[in-house]
Amino acid sequence: MDPVKIIEIKKSVFANNDTDAENLRKELKTKGVFLLNLMSSPGSGKTTTLIRTIGLLKDRLRMAVMEADIDSDVDAIKIKEATGIESIQLHTGGMCHLDAEMTRQGLDNVSMDRLDLVILENVGNLVCPAEFDTGAVANAMILSVPEGTDKPLKYPLMFSICDVVIINKMDVLPYFDFDLEKCTEYIHMRNPKARVIPICAKTGEGVDAFADWLLEKVQDWKQQ
Amino acid sequence: MHELGIVFYIIRDVKQAALEHAVSKVSGVVMNIGEVSTIIPGYLKDCWRWAADKEELLKGAELKINTIPAVTYCEDCHAEYGTVAHGKICPHCGSEHTYLLRGNEVEIKEIEVPNN
Ligand SMILES: Nc1nc2c(ncn2[C@@H]2O[C@H](COP(=O)(O)OP(=O)(O)OP(=O)(O)O)[C@@H](O)[C@H]2O)c(=O)[nH]1
Ligand SMILES: [Mg+2]
Ligand SMILES: [Zn+2]
Ligand SMILES: [Zn+2]
Repeated sequence: MDPVKIIEIKKSVFANNDTDAENLRKELKTKGVFLLNLMSSPGSGKTTTLIRTIGLLKDRLRMAVMEADIDSDVDAIKIKEATGIESIQLHTGGMCHLDAEMTRQGLDNVSMDRLDLVILENVGNLVCPAEFDTGAVANAMILSVPEGTDKPLKYPLMFSICDVVIINKMDVLPYFDFDLEKCTEYIHMRNPKARVIPICAKTGEGVDAFADWLLEKVQDWKQQ
Repeated sequence: MHELGIVFYIIRDVKQAALEHAVSKVSGVVMNIGEVSTIIPGYLKDCWRWAADKEELLKGAELKINTIPAVTYCEDCHAEYGTVAHGKICPHCGSEHTYLLRGNEVEIKEIEVPNN
């Protein structure tokens, strides 16, 4: 007799999460709540951009924000103080990304029956949030000018799953060798359908283009 | 660290499989890891050792890694070539119309159970 018995599995580690994510999207559709997953490297300006965007959409949509962080409440408090909308903190307990199950648990803590849009600020990281479908209806990411033109080449998966890529911190362009045209070309190499929107979250310049894109997405989806 | 998160998913799936096959002890887990999957095998093994030893079912179980070479396919000249050496551009015809055939796997291949 062989010392060990082999049990064949042949299953992707991501398979369960993909099923959970599909189920969550169906549930969101039934409830009429749009979920946007916002990703970026640490410090690219997710929270600042959210505050600006919420300011522009507050009168048109009922919104809440879920802030995912390894272990702090800073961003959730910042959003609440700056915008007054419902904002909760999700702790990932050391995990570098959120998965669909953690997202669903987070949604249990917001007033789903009174909302049109929930925005999830994912953990700052360009690698694994791209591999774990959260169940969101749309994915957005922010690339900021100081990070450099070549990021779409280095993190192709992240750029390939995003419906919109926001280029933030356009105000510091004179100090960096960032090439917007080249970067847009790299993004479209990975993802021809991605919408590219340059903004400056600090002053609010260009944020209206993103807010308009989001509003249209939410309205289209609700009508489908 | 990314690998630790992956290890938690592996443990969850192995536990589920053990339950389905009425197994109470696992001595090894064999993974298929693609060359361009972003998983660093050494880190994965370190995280596995730390987390698996906390589980009665998996205490001492070895994580074995089977590396799957990454291969890209060219839609223009229909050639297959090594992704790590040549990247997105086809070395045969220079085309950018290429896609990854394999090499992105993070997959549990099989589980080894002591026979007694
Ligand atoms: N110059 C400039 N600074 C900006 C801009 N947007 C954000 N910042 C600054 O960048 C820093 C990080 O911004 P956050 O909005 O906290 O970034 P974040 O992506 O939410 O960061 P984490 O949640 O820690 O990953 C802050 O000091 C912001 O004031 C911008 O358009 N221009
Ligand atoms: Mg933030
Ligand atoms: Zn991760
Ligand atoms: Zn070719």
